[in-house]
Amino acid sequence: MIRIDKVMLAAAVSCAALAGAARADGTVEVLHWWTSGGEAKAVGELKKAFEAEGGTWVDSPIAGGGGDAAMTALRARVMAGNPPTAVQLKGPGIQEWAEQGALNNVQDVAEAGNWDKVLPPALASIMKYEGKYVAAPVNIHRVDWIWGSPEALKKAGVEAMPTTWEEFNAAADKLEAAGLIALAHGGQPWQDATLFETVVLGVGGADFYRKALVELDDAALRSDTMVASFDQLRKLRGYVDPNFSGRDWNLATGMVMRGEAGFQIMGDWAKGEFLAAGKVPGEDFLCAPTPGKGFILNSDSFTFFKVSGDDNIKGQKVLARLIMSPEFQKVFNMAKGSIPARTDVPLDDFDSCAKRSHEDLLAAIENDTLVPSMAHEMAVPRSVRGEFLDLVTQFFNSDMSSQDATTRLADAVQRAM
Amino acid sequence: MRQRRISGIVHRRGPRHVLMRGLLFAILLLFCAYYLVPLVVMISTSLKSLAEIREGSLLSLPQGLDFSAWATAWGSACVGVRCDGLEPYVWNSVLMTVPAVAISTFLGALNGYALTKWRFRGADWIFALVLFGAFIPFQVVLLPMARTLGFLGLAGTVPGLILVHTVYGLAFTTLFFRNFFIGVSNGIVQAAMVDGAGFFGIFFRVVLPMSIPAIVVTVIWQFTQIWNDFLFGVAFTIGDSNPVTVALNNVVNTSTGVKQYNVDMAAAIIAGLPTLAVYVIAGAYFVRGLSAGAIKG
Amino acid sequence: MQSANRFGARLERRLPQLVVSPLFAVSLFFVYGFILWTAYISFTKSGVMPNYTFDGLAQYQRLWATPRWYVAIRNLFIFTALFIAISLAIGILLAVLLDQRVRIEGVIRTIYLYPMALSFIVTGTVWKWILNPGLGVERLVHQMGFESFSFDWLVNPDYAIYTVVMAAVWQSSGYAMALFLAGLRSVDDEVLKAAAIDGAGPWRTYTGIVLPMLRPVFLSTVIILAHLAIKSFDLVIALTGGGPGYATDMPATFMYAFAFQRSELGVAAASATMMLMTVIAIIVPYLYSELRKTAE
Repeated sequence: MIRIDKVMLAAAVSCAALAGAARADGTVEVLHWWTSGGEAKAVGELKKAFEAEGGTWVDSPIAGGGGDAAMTALRARVMAGNPPTAVQLKGPGIQEWAEQGALNNVQDVAEAGNWDKVLPPALASIMKYEGKYVAAPVNIHRVDWIWGSPEALKKAGVEAMPTTWEEFNAAADKLEAAGLIALAHGGQPWQDATLFETVVLGVGGADFYRKALVELDDAALRSDTMVASFDQLRKLRGYVDPNFSGRDWNLATGMVMRGEAGFQIMGDWAKGEFLAAGKVPGEDFLCAPTPGKGFILNSDSFTFFKVSGDDNIKGQKVLARLIMSPEFQKVFNMAKGSIPARTDVPLDDFDSCAKRSHEDLLAAIENDTLVPSMAHEMAVPRSVRGEFLDLVTQFFNSDMSSQDATTRLADAVQRAM
Repeated sequence: MRQRRISGIVHRRGPRHVLMRGLLFAILLLFCAYYLVPLVVMISTSLKSLAEIREGSLLSLPQGLDFSAWATAWGSACVGVRCDGLEPYVWNSVLMTVPAVAISTFLGALNGYALTKWRFRGADWIFALVLFGAFIPFQVVLLPMARTLGFLGLAGTVPGLILVHTVYGLAFTTLFFRNFFIGVSNGIVQAAMVDGAGFFGIFFRVVLPMSIPAIVVTVIWQFTQIWNDFLFGVAFTIGDSNPVTVALNNVVNTSTGVKQYNVDMAAAIIAGLPTLAVYVIAGAYFVRGLSAGAIKG
Repeated sequence: MQSANRFGARLERRLPQLVVSPLFAVSLFFVYGFILWTAYISFTKSGVMPNYTFDGLAQYQRLWATPRWYVAIRNLFIFTALFIAISLAIGILLAVLLDQRVRIEGVIRTIYLYPMALSFIVTGTVWKWILNPGLGVERLVHQMGFESFSFDWLVNPDYAIYTVVMAAVWQSSGYAMALFLAGLRSVDDEVLKAAAIDGAGPWRTYTGIVLPMLRPVFLSTVIILAHLAIKSFDLVIALTGGGPGYATDMPATFMYAFAFQRSELGVAAASATMMLMTVIAIIVPYLYSELRKTAE
């Protein structure tokens, strides 16, 4: 009958949240979709730290589809009037919920912790609504990485990781000539979009990327540069093996790991996969940014929902402080493959790819080439992102011409705005 | 199980009989293979080691029997930060499914009885209205339902989930019982009425005891539907009170990390075992219950 | 005393209606009330969350300007037609065959029926493996030495919808079989005997005499199958995720994607309303005609 007690407890907790009953220690209920491997371990660290402060942690993991199921649950919870304390929510999604008046701000914690000083400004602005922090970032993922298999590259006679798309194409041709798969890729809309945005950055540069994929400038979306980007994406499609449809990204990473494929273009969560398999960067796998000299930013964050009751609000504030603490940022990101969102955390214990990421990040901030990821919900509202994903994945899975794709994309974006 | 005393299409003797019989069994067994292959794949995969899965073919049989994936799925697979496997969630599902099935079946029986044995004006209209509810996609009702549960103070609780499943199960339970009772002679009810029995007296003493076949059919259907539901479970429960389907999704749909296909498959079978057991054990009664009239339109 | 009695008698007379009224009320509120709410939302500016500002037909215009919606509708018709037709055909065939005094009927019946016990999530996952060219059937045939064999429907945008049909039929045809088998069992042996005496062959006996007697079974089976087809959501998500591209999108997945992934509640509500109207247009006349027949 222990189970019944647990159910009762869960029910009691939710009732307490409703009634706003206060207890001495803080309580948080965290809705997230980090349910496995390094990510789950990373969340476990946060839980441990929170409980060490005397708080009660209620875990609400909902995996699947990059949080689609979790977003469904979140809507139901907000509609019902009992939102979770903190939700793994990112990018413009934060603003959308803030506009509904569904969020609490943690500005006092942010001021006490000097968040403005330690976060990249581009990221800080995403975390704020009307000048106040409503969310706290846990990490920075770089999206524009190429992962290479030294073994496959050697077999094909490719000497260095490519730095331009021309070099990439030449290397891919060599890999195919050697009977290997040139590009390991999983055919899911978000993965197709990941390829697309790295190509746009490489072909058009950071300014064009920002105009087209962030500001959604119609002229940029219809430009020849966009056509050229689709041409390059079509080339990449040719380098992918026939069985790619529906494949999970980590299976594609596995293909690079085993030397079956030469490259994978994927964010640095792929590194977590390599590290988990005991591979060493520089020896067993190579990392290099995709062409374009930019930095496509992806960041996970926890957003604070409008809960009531002293106990919940206290828990919320403690959680916000813990998330932004340098210790947590270090532990979490070593487990997840990303780098800390705080730029002042020393990276001595991190691997070479992470260090490279950190340097490039600082340089990108300096040169204003830091751009938010469209594919990973950092740049545009989900409605617009959805149109991008539909079109790009349609292009990838058909023989649509680049010119057609450009026109249809611009039309679709207009429709969604 | 009652079988035919005469056979419809097969001649009794001669080479033609043997040929037809052979053909009959060939077709039946072919379909057995079609239905069984996926289950065989699941079971054999769950008994393989990860290395074996990676190297071999999906359809090849395991080299040895390795039950560790099952143990992991049941007791130690991680669902979020909690690594207790599926076990606690199986109990959540039981706590939620049993009352929901019982209540919706009982109400379906009562309504089916009232709609058919006490025919009043508009009974068919009401039935048609209720039946249409079976076709409403659950995605549509998610948000208004959430608001309603919040209003009732049942959001995120097990009773709330039971209410939801009961409400959306009523269309089918009423359908099953109505179709069953329509085949039951009115004479029995009228005889009881003459004896002075009232509405509920007849229901509990006469009608309910004779509707065991319909109850079996309805319970099987409702149990399967509710046990396998994911959408309501994910939207209307919180963390530790999640049903097993939500936990299964959390185990299988990992966003990162090595995919443990053997654990995934074992977890999928564990989540499906109760319904499988119901079908296997009650399967014979199922067809009997259906032929006893539960499907007569 | 007498008036109390009369009251009791009146109550007794009204009792069936009283008993049914909660069911009626629940349906009105939880089905029709929610449908009205959805219809209302489709005329508003709703995005992330419901927003009650009236916005005319704007959401419908956007819906019908979305290419993906046309794919979803086309798929629904292809899928529903094939799924119901094939499930019915297999169901009838297997029921008739099983009705020929098969000794191990119980075992075979259970094998045919068990897929219905599994959730669509499980079904989808397993079929995804079996149909995946790199993992399942195609690879097996290659390993057997037939290198030129190709079976890539799952990853081919033009054929992927048929793999959804395949998996759905696998899951539900056994249930159709059970319904028909039960129907056949309730047909009197005398009918078959009479047919045999008249010299009717097996084919004529079944198509001309037995199957027409099973009309009510068709009603129940079609209702159950149609309900599964319209709600086919989990299966698509687990099997293809709507892909490749959005080639296997269905109205249910379309609606879900727009409401919960894209924060376009208005468009989702518009699509839900269109879908419900389609269901009404198809199901209501059918229910009406069938209920009239059985009531007689």
